[in-house]
Amino acid sequence: MPETMNLNPRTQGSALILAPQGRIDHASAADFSAALEPHLAECKSGGTPLVLDFASIDYISSVGLRALMLAARQVKAQNGRIAIAALTSVVKEVFEISRFNMVYKVFDSVDAAVTGVS
Amino acid sequence: MKVRFWGTRGSIPVSLTAPDIRKKLVAALEGAAGRNLDTRQQIENYIDQELGFDISGTFGGHSSCVEIDIQGTEHVICDMGSGARPLGIDMMARFGPSGQTYHVFMSHLHMDHMMGFPFFTPIYIPGNRFVIHGCHSGIEEAFRRQQSAPGFPVDFFMLGAKIEFDQMKPGETYEIADLRVTAKLQHHGGDSYGYRFEHDGKTMIYSTDSEHKLDDIADTQSFIEFFRNADLVIFDAMYSLAEAISIKADWGHSSNIVGVELCQLAGAKRFCMFHHEPSHDDEKIASTLAETRRFEEITRFDQPVEVISAYDGLEITL
Repeated sequence: MPETMNLNPRTQGSALILAPQGRIDHASAADFSAALEPHLAECKSGGTPLVLDFASIDYISSVGLRALMLAARQVKAQNGRIAIAALTSVVKEVFEISRFNMVYKVFDSVDAAVTGVS
Repeated sequence: MKVRFWGTRGSIPVSLTAPDIRKKLVAALEGAAGRNLDTRQQIENYIDQELGFDISGTFGGHSSCVEIDIQGTEHVICDMGSGARPLGIDMMARFGPSGQTYHVFMSHLHMDHMMGFPFFTPIYIPGNRFVIHGCHSGIEEAFRRQQSAPGFPVDFFMLGAKIEFDQMKPGETYEIADLRVTAKLQHHGGDSYGYRFEHDGKTMIYSTDSEHKLDDIADTQSFIEFFRNADLVIFDAMYSLAEAISIKADWGHSSNIVGVELCQLAGAKRFCMFHHEPSHDDEKIASTLAETRRFEEITRFDQPVEVISAYDGLEITL
Protein backbone atom coordinates (compact mmCIF):
# COMPACT_ATOMS: atom_id res chain seq x y z
CA MET A 1 0.00 0.00 0.00
CA PRO A 2 1.41 3.40 -0.93
CA GLU A 3 1.84 6.03 1.74
CA THR A 4 -0.50 8.96 1.47
CA MET A 5 1.03 12.22 0.33
CA ASN A 6 0.07 15.31 2.31
CA LEU A 7 -1.99 17.49 -0.02
CA ASN A 8 -2.38 20.32 2.51
CA PRO A 9 -6.12 20.76 1.87
CA ARG A 10 -7.79 24.10 2.45
CA THR A 11 -10.98 25.74 1.26
CA GLN A 12 -11.25 28.93 -0.69
CA GLY A 13 -14.71 30.08 -1.70
CA SER A 14 -16.62 27.04 -2.86
CA ALA A 15 -13.48 25.17 -3.91
CA LEU A 16 -11.17 22.76 -2.16
CA ILE A 17 -7.52 23.59 -2.74
CA LEU A 18 -4.99 20.76 -2.71
CA ALA A 19 -1.33 21.72 -2.63
CA PRO A 20 1.10 18.83 -3.06
CA GLN A 21 4.82 19.49 -2.75
CA GLY A 22 8.02 18.23 -4.33
CA ARG A 23 8.13 15.78 -7.21
CA ILE A 24 5.41 13.60 -8.65
CA ASP A 25 7.39 10.87 -10.37
CA HIS A 26 7.84 7.11 -10.48
CA ALA A 27 8.58 7.10 -6.75
CA SER A 28 5.66 9.22 -5.58
CA ALA A 29 2.87 9.04 -8.19
CA ALA A 30 1.07 6.20 -6.38
CA ASP A 31 1.16 8.19 -3.13
CA PHE A 32 -0.22 11.23 -4.93
CA SER A 33 -3.06 9.18 -6.47
CA ALA A 34 -3.92 7.63 -3.12
CA ALA A 35 -4.07 11.03 -1.47
CA LEU A 36 -6.15 12.51 -4.26
CA GLU A 37 -8.68 9.69 -4.45
CA PRO A 38 -11.02 10.63 -1.56
CA HIS A 39 -11.25 14.22 -2.78
CA LEU A 40 -12.09 13.13 -6.30
CA ALA A 41 -15.16 11.30 -5.04
CA GLU A 42 -16.61 14.61 -3.82
CA CYS A 43 -15.72 16.45 -7.02
CA LYS A 44 -19.01 15.82 -8.80
CA SER A 45 -22.07 17.63 -10.06
CA GLY A 46 -23.27 19.78 -7.15
CA GLY A 47 -20.20 18.77 -5.14
CA THR A 48 -16.94 20.51 -4.28
CA PRO A 49 -14.81 21.84 -7.16
CA LEU A 50 -11.12 21.00 -6.91
CA VAL A 51 -8.13 23.24 -7.55
CA LEU A 52 -4.70 21.63 -7.61
CA ASP A 53 -2.20 24.23 -6.45
CA PHE A 54 1.07 23.17 -8.09
CA ALA A 55 3.15 26.11 -6.90
CA SER A 56 5.36 23.76 -4.88
CA ILE A 57 5.63 20.97 -7.46
CA ASP A 58 9.15 20.99 -8.87
CA TYR A 59 8.70 18.22 -11.40
CA ILE A 60 6.11 15.81 -12.73
CA SER A 61 6.97 12.73 -14.80
CA SER A 62 4.83 10.74 -17.22
CA VAL A 63 3.58 8.54 -14.39
CA GLY A 64 2.48 11.61 -12.46
CA LEU A 65 0.77 12.98 -15.54
CA ARG A 66 -1.03 9.68 -15.93
CA ALA A 67 -2.37 10.10 -12.39
CA LEU A 68 -3.68 13.52 -13.42
CA MET A 69 -5.24 12.02 -16.54
CA LEU A 70 -7.12 9.44 -14.48
CA ALA A 71 -8.30 12.17 -12.09
CA ALA A 72 -9.54 14.35 -14.94
CA ARG A 73 -11.34 11.39 -16.46
CA GLN A 74 -13.10 10.53 -13.19
CA VAL A 75 -14.15 14.11 -12.53
CA LYS A 76 -15.46 14.50 -16.06
CA ALA A 77 -17.53 11.33 -15.68
CA GLN A 78 -18.99 12.77 -12.47
CA ASN A 79 -19.70 16.15 -14.11
CA GLY A 80 -17.43 17.78 -11.56
CA ARG A 81 -14.98 20.67 -12.01
CA ILE A 82 -11.22 20.50 -11.55
CA ALA A 83 -8.40 22.84 -12.49
CA ILE A 84 -4.69 23.30 -11.95
CA ALA A 85 -3.05 26.52 -10.84
CA ALA A 86 0.30 28.20 -10.32
CA LEU A 87 2.53 25.88 -12.30
CA THR A 88 6.26 26.40 -11.91
CA SER A 89 8.04 27.25 -15.15
CA VAL A 90 9.41 23.73 -15.61
CA VAL A 91 6.09 22.02 -14.93
CA LYS A 92 4.33 24.50 -17.20
CA GLU A 93 6.67 23.53 -20.03
CA VAL A 94 6.12 19.83 -19.30
CA PHE A 95 2.37 20.43 -19.52
CA GLU A 96 2.74 22.17 -22.85
CA ILE A 97 5.08 19.60 -24.39
CA SER A 98 2.97 16.66 -23.20
CA ARG A 99 -0.23 18.49 -24.29
CA PHE A 100 -1.64 18.25 -20.76
CA ASN A 101 -2.55 21.91 -21.10
CA MET A 102 -5.33 20.53 -23.31
CA VAL A 103 -6.43 18.04 -20.65
CA TYR A 104 -6.68 20.49 -17.76
CA LYS A 105 -7.76 24.08 -17.39
CA VAL A 106 -4.53 25.73 -16.26
CA PHE A 107 -4.62 29.03 -14.39
CA ASP A 108 -1.78 31.34 -13.44
CA SER A 109 -3.00 31.70 -9.85
CA VAL A 110 -5.12 29.85 -7.32
CA ASP A 111 -7.48 32.85 -7.15
CA ALA A 112 -8.07 32.69 -10.89
CA ALA A 113 -8.60 28.94 -10.71
CA VAL A 114 -11.14 29.26 -7.90
CA THR A 115 -13.06 31.78 -9.98
CA GLY A 116 -12.76 29.49 -12.98
CA VAL A 117 -14.26 26.43 -11.29
CA SER A 118 -16.89 28.23 -9.21
CA MET B 1 28.07 0.53 -36.90
CA LYS B 2 26.09 2.70 -39.29
CA VAL B 3 22.33 3.01 -39.20
CA ARG B 4 20.48 4.19 -42.30
CA PHE B 5 16.83 5.11 -42.29
CA TRP B 6 14.90 4.21 -45.43
CA GLY B 7 11.41 4.52 -43.98
CA THR B 8 10.41 6.44 -40.87
CA ARG B 9 6.68 7.09 -41.16
CA GLY B 10 4.10 5.27 -39.08
CA SER B 11 1.06 3.30 -40.14
CA ILE B 12 0.95 4.24 -43.84
CA PRO B 13 3.31 5.89 -46.30
CA VAL B 14 2.67 9.54 -47.09
CA SER B 15 3.91 11.86 -49.80
CA LEU B 16 4.52 15.57 -50.06
CA THR B 17 1.87 17.29 -52.19
CA ALA B 18 2.23 20.19 -54.60
CA PRO B 19 0.86 22.64 -51.99
CA ASP B 20 3.43 21.28 -49.49
CA ILE B 21 6.27 21.98 -51.94
CA ARG B 22 4.86 25.41 -52.75
CA LYS B 23 4.73 26.29 -49.05
CA LYS B 24 8.41 25.38 -48.66
CA LEU B 25 9.40 27.38 -51.76
CA VAL B 26 7.52 30.45 -50.58
CA ALA B 27 9.16 30.27 -47.15
CA ALA B 28 12.62 29.77 -48.67
CA LEU B 29 12.26 32.61 -51.15
CA GLU B 30 10.81 34.96 -48.54
CA GLY B 31 13.83 34.26 -46.38
CA ALA B 32 16.15 34.86 -49.34
CA ALA B 33 14.91 38.39 -49.96
CA GLY B 34 17.69 40.93 -49.58
CA ARG B 35 20.43 38.34 -49.34
CA ASN B 36 23.32 38.07 -51.73
CA LEU B 37 22.65 34.65 -53.26
CA ASP B 38 24.35 35.00 -56.63
CA THR B 39 26.50 31.89 -56.49
CA ARG B 40 25.67 28.25 -55.98
CA GLN B 41 27.86 28.18 -52.87
CA GLN B 42 25.98 31.12 -51.36
CA ILE B 43 22.66 29.41 -52.13
CA GLU B 44 23.79 26.14 -50.60
CA ASN B 45 25.08 27.91 -47.49
CA TYR B 46 21.73 29.64 -47.16
CA ILE B 47 19.88 26.34 -47.46
CA ASP B 48 22.17 24.46 -45.09
CA GLN B 49 22.72 27.13 -42.45
CA GLU B 50 19.70 29.40 -42.51
CA LEU B 51 16.71 27.29 -43.40
CA GLY B 52 15.23 24.77 -41.01
CA PHE B 53 15.09 21.15 -42.14
CA ASP B 54 11.31 21.38 -42.29
CA ILE B 55 11.74 23.92 -45.13
CA SER B 56 14.96 22.77 -46.79
CA GLY B 57 14.14 19.07 -46.58
CA THR B 58 11.46 16.66 -45.49
CA PHE B 59 11.20 13.95 -42.88
CA GLY B 60 9.85 11.70 -45.58
CA GLY B 61 7.02 9.38 -46.04
CA HIS B 62 8.13 5.77 -46.42
CA SER B 63 6.97 3.34 -43.76
CA SER B 64 9.39 1.56 -41.43
CA CYS B 65 12.65 0.25 -42.85
CA VAL B 66 16.07 0.65 -41.23
CA GLU B 67 19.42 -0.72 -42.38
CA ILE B 68 22.23 -1.67 -40.00
CA ASP B 69 25.63 -1.61 -41.69
CA ILE B 70 28.61 -3.08 -39.88
CA GLN B 71 30.60 -3.53 -43.07
CA GLY B 72 30.03 -7.27 -42.86
CA THR B 73 29.50 -9.76 -45.66
CA GLU B 74 25.80 -10.06 -44.87
CA HIS B 75 23.21 -7.31 -44.75
CA VAL B 76 20.84 -6.47 -41.90
CA ILE B 77 17.46 -4.76 -42.17
CA CYS B 78 14.80 -3.95 -39.61
CA ASP B 79 11.30 -4.20 -41.05
CA MET B 80 10.22 -4.16 -44.64
CA GLY B 81 7.96 -1.13 -44.89
CA SER B 82 7.75 0.84 -48.11
CA GLY B 83 11.27 2.16 -47.52
CA ALA B 84 12.47 -1.27 -48.61
CA ARG B 85 11.85 -0.35 -52.25
CA PRO B 86 14.58 2.34 -52.47
CA LEU B 87 16.77 0.26 -50.16
CA GLY B 88 16.60 -2.67 -52.60
CA ILE B 89 17.68 -0.43 -55.46
CA ASP B 90 20.54 0.97 -53.39
CA MET B 91 21.66 -2.50 -52.24
CA MET B 92 21.88 -3.69 -55.84
CA ALA B 93 23.87 -0.60 -56.79
CA ARG B 94 26.29 -1.14 -53.90
CA PHE B 95 26.65 -4.92 -53.93
CA GLY B 96 25.33 -6.13 -57.24
CA PRO B 97 22.13 -7.93 -58.05
CA SER B 98 22.99 -11.41 -56.79
CA GLY B 99 25.06 -13.43 -54.36
CA GLN B 100 23.98 -11.50 -51.27
CA THR B 101 22.55 -12.60 -47.92
CA TYR B 102 19.95 -10.37 -46.31
CA HIS B 103 18.87 -10.74 -42.69
CA VAL B 104 15.50 -9.12 -42.01
CA PHE B 105 14.28 -8.58 -38.43
CA MET B 106 10.53 -8.09 -38.25
CA SER B 107 9.06 -6.05 -35.40
CA HIS B 108 5.63 -7.41 -36.28
CA LEU B 109 3.45 -8.35 -39.18
CA HIS B 110 1.26 -5.31 -39.75
CA MET B 111 1.17 -4.24 -43.36
CA ASP B 112 3.09 -0.99 -42.98
CA HIS B 113 6.06 -3.07 -41.85
CA MET B 114 5.77 -5.68 -44.61
CA MET B 115 4.47 -3.85 -47.67
CA GLY B 116 7.90 -3.07 -49.10
CA PHE B 117 9.02 -6.70 -49.30
CA PRO B 118 7.41 -7.43 -52.69
CA PHE B 119 9.14 -4.30 -54.04
CA PHE B 120 12.59 -5.20 -52.72
CA THR B 121 14.01 -6.27 -56.05
CA PRO B 122 16.71 -8.68 -54.78
CA ILE B 123 13.98 -11.13 -53.69
CA TYR B 124 13.35 -11.91 -57.37
CA ILE B 125 16.96 -12.67 -58.26
CA PRO B 126 18.36 -16.20 -57.95
CA GLY B 127 21.54 -16.40 -55.93
CA ASN B 128 20.31 -14.11 -53.18
CA ARG B 129 19.41 -15.51 -49.76
CA PHE B 130 16.98 -14.02 -47.27
CA VAL B 131 16.65 -15.00 -43.64
CA ILE B 132 13.54 -13.44 -42.13
CA HIS B 133 13.87 -13.36 -38.36
CA GLY B 134 11.02 -12.75 -35.96
CA CYS B 135 9.17 -13.96 -32.91
CA HIS B 136 5.67 -14.29 -34.37
CA SER B 137 4.61 -17.86 -35.00
CA GLY B 138 2.71 -16.89 -38.16
CA ILE B 139 5.54 -14.99 -39.82
CA GLU B 140 5.97 -17.25 -42.87
CA GLU B 141 2.23 -17.43 -43.47
CA ALA B 142 2.02 -13.62 -43.31
CA PHE B 143 4.69 -13.20 -45.98
CA ARG B 144 3.14 -15.85 -48.20
CA ARG B 145 -0.33 -14.35 -47.83
CA GLN B 146 0.92 -10.86 -48.70
CA GLN B 147 2.20 -12.19 -52.00
CA SER B 148 -0.73 -14.25 -53.18
CA ALA B 149 -3.74 -13.67 -55.43
CA PRO B 150 -5.68 -11.45 -55.54
CA GLY B 151 -3.53 -9.10 -53.47
CA PHE B 152 -0.33 -9.24 -55.52
CA PRO B 153 0.45 -10.50 -59.03
CA VAL B 154 3.67 -12.38 -58.22
CA ASP B 155 3.11 -15.26 -55.84
CA PHE B 156 5.59 -15.91 -53.05
CA PHE B 157 6.57 -19.30 -54.56
CA MET B 158 7.80 -17.51 -57.69
CA LEU B 159 10.50 -15.57 -55.87
CA GLY B 160 13.98 -16.23 -57.26
CA ALA B 161 15.87 -15.78 -54.04
CA LYS B 162 16.11 -18.44 -51.36
CA ILE B 163 13.84 -17.40 -48.50
CA GLU B 164 14.25 -18.83 -45.00
CA PHE B 165 12.39 -18.06 -41.80
CA ASP B 166 14.00 -18.00 -38.36
CA GLN B 167 11.69 -18.28 -35.37
CA MET B 168 13.32 -16.34 -32.53
CA LYS B 169 12.45 -16.40 -28.85
CA PRO B 170 12.24 -13.13 -26.95
CA GLY B 171 14.81 -12.79 -24.19
CA GLU B 172 17.33 -15.12 -25.82
CA THR B 173 20.48 -13.70 -27.36
CA TYR B 174 21.54 -14.82 -30.83
CA GLU B 175 24.69 -14.29 -32.90
CA ILE B 176 23.50 -13.31 -36.36
CA ALA B 177 25.54 -11.62 -39.09
CA ASP B 178 28.22 -10.63 -36.56
CA LEU B 179 25.62 -9.00 -34.34
CA ARG B 180 24.42 -10.01 -30.89
CA VAL B 181 20.65 -9.80 -31.18
CA THR B 182 18.04 -9.95 -28.41
CA ALA B 183 14.30 -9.54 -28.96
CA LYS B 184 11.78 -8.17 -26.46
CA LEU B 185 8.01 -8.47 -26.37
CA GLN B 186 6.21 -5.13 -26.64
CA HIS B 187 2.62 -3.96 -26.18
CA HIS B 188 0.95 -3.72 -29.59
CA GLY B 189 -2.06 -5.23 -31.26
CA GLY B 190 -1.06 -8.80 -32.16
CA ASP B 191 2.22 -8.20 -30.27
CA SER B 192 5.38 -6.58 -31.52
CA TYR B 193 9.03 -7.12 -30.67
CA GLY B 194 11.86 -4.71 -30.11
CA TYR B 195 15.45 -5.67 -30.91
CA ARG B 196 18.72 -4.91 -29.19
CA PHE B 197 21.68 -5.12 -31.58
CA GLU B 198 25.24 -5.12 -30.25
CA HIS B 199 28.48 -5.06 -32.20
CA ASP B 200 32.02 -4.02 -31.38
CA GLY B 201 31.03 -2.15 -28.24
CA LYS B 202 28.11 -0.31 -29.82
CA THR B 203 24.43 -0.91 -29.12
CA MET B 204 21.41 0.03 -31.17
CA ILE B 205 17.81 -0.49 -30.06
CA TYR B 206 14.99 -0.79 -32.57
CA SER B 207 11.76 -0.39 -30.62
CA THR B 208 8.85 0.61 -32.79
CA ASP B 209 5.11 0.03 -32.50
CA SER B 210 5.35 -0.24 -28.75
CA GLU B 211 2.95 1.17 -26.18
CA HIS B 212 4.20 1.71 -22.65
CA LYS B 213 1.72 1.16 -19.85
CA LEU B 214 2.85 3.64 -17.24
CA ASP B 215 1.14 1.87 -14.34
CA ASP B 216 3.17 -1.30 -14.95
CA ILE B 217 6.35 -0.56 -13.01
CA ALA B 218 7.92 -3.95 -13.73
CA ASP B 219 7.34 -3.52 -17.44
CA THR B 220 8.86 -0.04 -17.37
CA GLN B 221 11.89 -1.41 -15.55
CA SER B 222 12.28 -4.17 -18.13
CA PHE B 223 12.46 -1.58 -20.92
CA ILE B 224 14.99 0.47 -18.96
CA GLU B 225 17.18 -2.65 -18.80
CA PHE B 226 16.57 -3.40 -22.49
CA PHE B 227 17.68 0.14 -23.42
CA ARG B 228 20.53 0.15 -20.88
CA ASN B 229 23.55 2.22 -22.04
CA ALA B 230 22.47 2.06 -25.68
CA ASP B 231 24.21 4.32 -28.16
CA LEU B 232 21.00 4.76 -30.11
CA VAL B 233 17.35 4.06 -29.24
CA ILE B 234 14.97 4.16 -32.20
CA PHE B 235 11.63 4.71 -30.52
CA ASP B 236 7.97 4.89 -31.47
CA ALA B 237 7.14 8.51 -30.60
CA MET B 238 3.99 8.74 -32.66
CA TYR B 239 1.76 10.65 -30.25
CA SER B 240 1.86 13.27 -27.55
CA LEU B 241 1.75 11.82 -24.04
CA ALA B 242 -1.78 13.14 -23.50
CA GLU B 243 -2.97 11.37 -26.65
CA ALA B 244 -1.09 8.15 -25.92
CA ILE B 245 -2.72 7.66 -22.53
CA SER B 246 -6.22 8.94 -23.35
CA ILE B 247 -8.00 8.87 -26.70
CA LYS B 248 -5.27 6.75 -28.30
CA ALA B 249 -4.65 4.43 -25.38
CA ASP B 250 -4.39 0.80 -26.53
CA TRP B 251 -3.55 1.90 -30.09
CA GLY B 252 -0.11 0.40 -29.52
CA HIS B 253 2.11 3.47 -29.75
CA SER B 254 4.02 5.77 -27.46
CA SER B 255 5.18 9.35 -27.01
CA ASN B 256 8.27 11.53 -27.06
CA ILE B 257 7.94 12.13 -23.31
CA VAL B 258 8.06 8.45 -22.36
CA GLY B 259 10.90 7.85 -24.81
CA VAL B 260 13.07 10.56 -23.28
CA GLU B 261 12.33 9.36 -19.75
CA LEU B 262 13.22 5.74 -20.58
CA CYS B 263 16.46 6.82 -22.26
CA GLN B 264 17.38 9.03 -19.30
CA LEU B 265 16.74 6.20 -16.84
CA ALA B 266 18.61 3.73 -19.05
CA GLY B 267 21.65 5.95 -19.58
CA ALA B 268 21.15 5.83 -23.34
CA LYS B 269 23.16 8.31 -25.40
CA ARG B 270 20.82 9.08 -28.28
CA PHE B 271 17.02 9.07 -28.57
CA CYS B 272 15.62 8.90 -32.07
CA MET B 273 11.93 9.67 -32.63
CA PHE B 274 10.52 7.25 -35.18
CA HIS B 275 7.22 6.07 -36.69
CA HIS B 276 5.96 9.59 -37.34
CA GLU B 277 2.22 10.14 -37.30
CA PRO B 278 1.11 10.29 -40.96
CA SER B 279 -1.01 13.41 -40.44
CA HIS B 280 1.98 15.40 -39.16
CA ASP B 281 3.69 17.62 -41.73
CA ASP B 282 7.36 18.62 -41.65
CA GLU B 283 6.64 21.76 -39.65
CA LYS B 284 4.84 19.76 -36.98
CA ILE B 285 7.57 17.11 -36.73
CA ALA B 286 10.25 19.82 -36.50
CA SER B 287 8.38 21.63 -33.73
CA THR B 288 7.91 18.35 -31.86
CA LEU B 289 11.65 17.73 -32.17
CA ALA B 290 12.40 21.18 -30.72
CA GLU B 291 9.96 20.60 -27.86
CA THR B 292 11.41 17.18 -27.13
CA ARG B 293 14.94 18.59 -26.99
CA ARG B 294 13.68 21.18 -24.54
CA PHE B 295 11.95 18.49 -22.47
CA GLU B 296 15.19 16.51 -22.28
CA GLU B 297 17.03 19.65 -21.23
CA ILE B 298 14.68 20.65 -18.40
CA THR B 299 14.33 17.11 -17.05
CA ARG B 300 17.98 16.05 -17.38
CA PHE B 301 19.33 14.51 -14.20
CA ASP B 302 22.52 12.83 -15.30
CA GLN B 303 24.24 12.68 -18.67
CA PRO B 304 22.48 14.41 -21.57
CA VAL B 305 20.52 12.38 -24.10
CA GLU B 306 20.89 13.61 -27.66
CA VAL B 307 17.43 13.90 -29.21
CA ILE B 308 16.99 13.47 -32.95
CA SER B 309 14.10 12.82 -35.27
CA ALA B 310 14.45 10.13 -37.92
CA TYR B 311 13.96 11.01 -41.56
CA ASP B 312 14.18 9.02 -44.76
CA GLY B 313 17.82 9.26 -45.81
CA LEU B 314 19.27 9.87 -42.34
CA GLU B 315 22.53 8.03 -41.66
CA ILE B 316 23.96 7.76 -38.15
CA THR B 317 27.41 6.44 -37.34
CA LEU B 318 27.72 4.95 -33.86
